[in-house]
Amino acid sequence: MEILVCVKRVPDTAENEIVVNSKGTDIERGDLVYSVNEWDNYAVEEAIQIRDRVGGSVTVITVGDSDSEEILRREMAMGADKGILLSDDAFNGSDGRGIAAILKAEIEKGKYDLILTGALADDGAAQIGGMLAAMLDMPYASVVNKIETDSDKMIRIGREIEGGNQEMSEIDLPCVLSIQTGINEPRYVGIRGIRKVASVEIPVHGAKDLGIAAGSVGAAGARVKRVDYFVPPTGEGAEILEGSSDEIAEKLIELLKSKGGIK
Amino acid sequence: MTQQIFAYITHKNGTADDSAFELIVAAKKIDSSASVTAVVCGEGADLDTVCKQVAAVYPEVWKVSNPALAYPNAEIVRGVLATLLPAGAITLVPHDTFGMDLSPGLSIKLNAAFVSDVVGIEGIDNGNLKTVRQEFGGQVSTHVLCDISAGAVLNIRSGSFLSDDSKASGSVVDKSGQAGGCVSRRRFLQVVAAEVGDVDITKSDVLVSVGRGIEEQENISIAQELADAIGAVVSCSRPIVDAKWLEKSRQVGTSGKTVKPKVYIALGISGSFQHLGGLKGNPFIVAINKNSKAPIFQVADIGVVTDLLEFVPELTQKINEMK
Amino acid sequence: MMAGVLHITLFAGFMILSLRSITLVILGISDGFVLPGLGGTTGHLYSILKDIAATAVFLACMVGMVRRGIFRPERYAVPRRYGKDHTSEAVFVLGLITTLVTCDMIFEGTRVAAQIQKGLHAEYLFPGMGTWMAASMLGGKSLDTLQHLHLASFFLHNLVFFFFLCFLPMGKHFHVITSIPNVFFMKLRKGAIKPVEWGVDETKLDELKSFGVKKFEDFTWKHMLDFYSCADCGRCSDQCPANAVKRPLSPRFISIKCRDYAFKNYPLRGDMTVKDEALIGTILSEDEIWSCTTCGACEAECPLFIEYIDKIVDLRRGMVDEGLVPQSLQKPLKAIEKRGNPWGKMEKKRAEWTKSLPEDCSVKLFENGDNARTLYFVDSISSYDDRMQDIARATACILSAAGENFGILGKDEKDSGNEIRRFGEEMLFQDIKAHNTEAILSANVNKIITADPHAFNTLKNEYKGLPPVEHISQTLTRYISSGSIRLKPAEDDGKVYTYHDPCYLGRHNGVYDDPRQALDAIPGLKRVDMLKSRDRSFCCGGGGLMLFYEPEEEQRMGVLRVQMARKAGATVIVTACPFCLVNMEDAIKVSGLEGKMEAIDLSELIVRHLKTA
Repeated sequence: MEILVCVKRVPDTAENEIVVNSKGTDIERGDLVYSVNEWDNYAVEEAIQIRDRVGGSVTVITVGDSDSEEILRREMAMGADKGILLSDDAFNGSDGRGIAAILKAEIEKGKYDLILTGALADDGAAQIGGMLAAMLDMPYASVVNKIETDSDKMIRIGREIEGGNQEMSEIDLPCVLSIQTGINEPRYVGIRGIRKVASVEIPVHGAKDLGIAAGSVGAAGARVKRVDYFVPPTGEGAEILEGSSDEIAEKLIELLKSKGGIK
Repeated sequence: MTQQIFAYITHKNGTADDSAFELIVAAKKIDSSASVTAVVCGEGADLDTVCKQVAAVYPEVWKVSNPALAYPNAEIVRGVLATLLPAGAITLVPHDTFGMDLSPGLSIKLNAAFVSDVVGIEGIDNGNLKTVRQEFGGQVSTHVLCDISAGAVLNIRSGSFLSDDSKASGSVVDKSGQAGGCVSRRRFLQVVAAEVGDVDITKSDVLVSVGRGIEEQENISIAQELADAIGAVVSCSRPIVDAKWLEKSRQVGTSGKTVKPKVYIALGISGSFQHLGGLKGNPFIVAINKNSKAPIFQVADIGVVTDLLEFVPELTQKINEMK
Repeated sequence: MMAGVLHITLFAGFMILSLRSITLVILGISDGFVLPGLGGTTGHLYSILKDIAATAVFLACMVGMVRRGIFRPERYAVPRRYGKDHTSEAVFVLGLITTLVTCDMIFEGTRVAAQIQKGLHAEYLFPGMGTWMAASMLGGKSLDTLQHLHLASFFLHNLVFFFFLCFLPMGKHFHVITSIPNVFFMKLRKGAIKPVEWGVDETKLDELKSFGVKKFEDFTWKHMLDFYSCADCGRCSDQCPANAVKRPLSPRFISIKCRDYAFKNYPLRGDMTVKDEALIGTILSEDEIWSCTTCGACEAECPLFIEYIDKIVDLRRGMVDEGLVPQSLQKPLKAIEKRGNPWGKMEKKRAEWTKSLPEDCSVKLFENGDNARTLYFVDSISSYDDRMQDIARATACILSAAGENFGILGKDEKDSGNEIRRFGEEMLFQDIKAHNTEAILSANVNKIITADPHAFNTLKNEYKGLPPVEHISQTLTRYISSGSIRLKPAEDDGKVYTYHDPCYLGRHNGVYDDPRQALDAIPGLKRVDMLKSRDRSFCCGGGGLMLFYEPEEEQRMGVLRVQMARKAGATVIVTACPFCLVNMEDAIKVSGLEGKMEAIDLSELIVRHLKTA
């Protein structure tokens, strides 16, 4: 099976401090460390496991700049066979539809049976997979937490739906899936693995290579634009209890009693 | 504004989802004078019941009945909506797993713009709709301008627009015949129910819930001791289940259980909306977290900013001494 | 203790009887043969000694067979997942040895009985010994019978002797032969993990095709010799703290399983079936190998000096190379890669602990361009953990009070990497080592002091080209004896202190007395030692990345250690390692002993008793 996984380089949310910059135009990025979007990493691991089961190859792709290459290499160190970087100044400022259009142009140059994305990324939009599927006219399923490869014409998938239930469906190939965390246990990628792929060539394709008209993507073609970042005024929020921990505990116990919290 | 506004209604077992009554409120924020049309897909008696419920609030309801729509399949619904909706329509969809399945692709088919997970709407400015979204797991908010001139699909986060009590007596129009063929390359098989664990957290009036702030699996005993002292049950957020420290049946959240307790004590929980999405009703929420900026303090009634690993055992001790 | 006494008897007996055994063989060819040097009085004395030895061996075997075969002590049990029980092999060998000495007693006894009957000069037999008993019991038999018994016992002895020699390499008694080369080739340089491959320089590691041990054949020849040399005594597992808390690790069975693997695939007779199969997942499990805290108790205990830590690290290197790392460890490893500390906290906050120092204590910051003669290497946990920052502050105060001209690297310091290497991520270790080495050398210092034994171990033993490294306890010895700091008396509060030897300070680096001397320098401080102390100290649970690993265990190692402290009559556990402190404080809470037991770091204790001028 020829599998393509779309990945994104995002700020590591674990111990980064996300604060809005003084002008409100972006978050403070000076001290941030970046890595591959966690959901995308699960998708790559799933792709590798499928390939190891049924044969084929795994390609990872991203729309970004030269910094984005490091995450392609990391996923290749994990086991992906090829990496492709889509980069061009004309791509900057694209909205979700723009990104999907850029990816679509590259995907059409190849022949893929399965296209995976992460369920969502740092902006929480969860949109690329669905848009890509519609543009490519392929069936789609989101928040997939299980993949069973039965035949080369269709696969069985499980989706994570409300209440922790799992919705099982059959979906024809080729198709697009967005992958939820917890579908597998991603393998470790060590420094050694990364060094081994340090000099593998990663082709870079721009607008011309993909036959994309400059105004159709990027900031020029975007219909959805972020205009600022802000921290909403806190409003009421919780009443914060003050005092020594003894006093707080006593106050809390009284409140809990009055609300029926202590039996 | 001349564009029509539509609301996609999700429902189960003959009951419209809460979101149905929130979407119309959101629609009014886009255009207060708009006539909003609800679209309900399904089949049989359940569908009719839902249409009636919805007609009490929406001025017009489009009913699409087809055996293929007995189980909500986003692939089929997308085709239906793409056929039925007029050019330039503004479509509101709830941002749940169905909405995530349906809307991105729908926006492409309709050649409309798409804004995901909208938490606020601030009106139209020069053909652009100003919406509010969140990024980085809810740590920051952003204003997003959406060019709606060619139409738009908006996924609305549940609970962002509280339903008002406005009434209507809408007419139900059967659009089943115009919906087109309901075929799909994705076929529903079955729903596998989540495992029933040893404890049913949905049955307890008081919950002591743990999040990442509990730090280690062994510390969960601190929460259990508090729960024992006050007659509560221990629940948790998703990261605890992902780490396999507690069973899935203990998880509160959109991908876990929906609970309606009287009292909810959140220990070391940041308050992501996926977690809070599982907390319904109007519980008395107590949040204990050492990060004063945690979003949970926005929704909690009472907050204690302290190290829960130190404070909670003290609290438990005091409660036990009282008895 | 019993097992030790029995074995020493057998071992010493073997040594003494070896001469007799040789004699018995050659007697078959050359009548009246006597070993050179064993003629005359020496020979007679030796004969008595041999009789005593043979009797002692006989008794030891009897006790051994009853003990192993009937009483079956718990510690010899073989859990089902490790294979068949070893009792039959043990009893069989004891039976062979019994036969050997009995044959000798009868051989000698019948000869002396015949000599007495014939009126010849009889060899002197020590009364009460086995040979004497044999001679007495058989004294009345006919000469014919004696002759037959004499010959039968001779042939039986030699038969069993040669059988035993051939049997040796087929079981645990191979150690009789391999122990000599095994001890000779033992590892002398403790504290440092072996290179990925001997002879391959660190700079050439990228050229290696594979890292670590994945198949049996990847082990070094010395490690394979270790497997053959294991005497199955189980002392390693008895001391192993992971085994004590019922983690899926028993060092003894790592050796035995690998030895059995070698026997199966590389038999003495028949074809070698070289399998290209991974050890992990077949005879060894992932959790088994990740459970080890690298404390070294097994190595300290093994009578044959078998190494375990290097093998475990090599197996981990193999797993890391294949991506088989538990999710709980992937996060801190990634965090170290990105941020230089396992919590992923920002580099610029590494020196924040200095902000709440008391006024009279100042710390220079090399990151700001300050100069100093000494570097205080703080390492990650003491820099970032709220509680452990107290240790950093206490250490800084001690250095300040003694007038030391010192500084810290601050954001230029990354994790020392001790655990990274021991968890098999060799390349990340090399990267971090290079970074830290450069930062340290740029600081241009004469000396490095650290309060973290893990940092101490790796900086001293594994980093190259650094100025001398010492642990704060060693620094304190100097300060106290030179009078740079003075200590005021302990409060009369009835507290009894015990010092817990951290693995990386004690066992791995031999520093036992300096911390004790520092404690004893506090006048009036009551100190006791736990039964398991110094090189027999019991690991607290592990440091570095071990804090993040989620093991399967019945209880925590720290809990057992706290109980040991109580048993020794202590109310305060003094540690000289931040990880030990974390584990002790945790254990005290988990055991519900707050108020009855407390834990404190050496630096903190000293600071409390500093006599300010």
